[in-house]
Amino acid sequence: MLLARIIGTVVATRKDPRLEGKKLLICRLIDPDGQDEKGYVIAVDTVDAGFKEEVLIVSGSSARMAQGCKDTPVDAAIVGIVDQVSQD
Amino acid sequence: MYLGKVIGRIVCTIKDSSLESRTLLLVRRLPKGPVVVAVDAVGAGAGETVYVCRGKEASFAFLPDEVPTEATIVAIVDQVERQLP
Repeated sequence: MLLARIIGTVVATRKDPRLEGKKLLICRLIDPDGQDEKGYVIAVDTVDAGFKEEVLIVSGSSARMAQGCKDTPVDAAIVGIVDQVSQD
Repeated sequence: MYLGKVIGRIVCTIKDSSLESRTLLLVRRLPKGPVVVAVDAVGAGAGETVYVCRGKEASFAFLPDEVPTEATIVAIVDQVERQLP
C-alpha cells in the first residue's frame, strides 16, 4: 500500500456507470517523511478524504475489496486517512 | 513475495471498516528497496525481518474477511541461509 497526499480532484461526466457517485482524487505519492515522490495516482475515495490530507492507497486488484468498490473498474482506492507516521 | 524490514508504523483513525484493529507497518524492502505500507497478519514488531506477500493474494491472509490490502506481512524471518555462487 502507498502513502500519498491529495492534490486535486477529477471530474468526469461520461464514465463507467459503476463509477457514478464515486469521488476521484489526484494523489501525489509521498515518502514516510511526507516529502513528495515521483508520480501520482488517481484513486477512488472511500473514506471522505479531503484536500492536502495524507492518505493510504491500496492499488491493484485488491482495491476492489474497499468499501463500495466491489465489481467496479477500480485499481486504486483510498482506504485510510493517515494521522501519524512513526519511524523507528 | 519478498523480504523486508519493519521500520515504523502508521496510525489511521478513519479507515476502511475491514482494516479496523489491524496493524499497519512501514516495511523497507531488503536490501535497499522502496518503503511500502503493509498490513500485519502475524504480530511483527519494529526492526524485525519479515516476509511480505504482495498483490491480490495479500488479502488471502485474512480470509474469510475481505481486507483491502496489496501487501501483507505473512511471516517473521528467524534465519536466512544462502549459498553464494
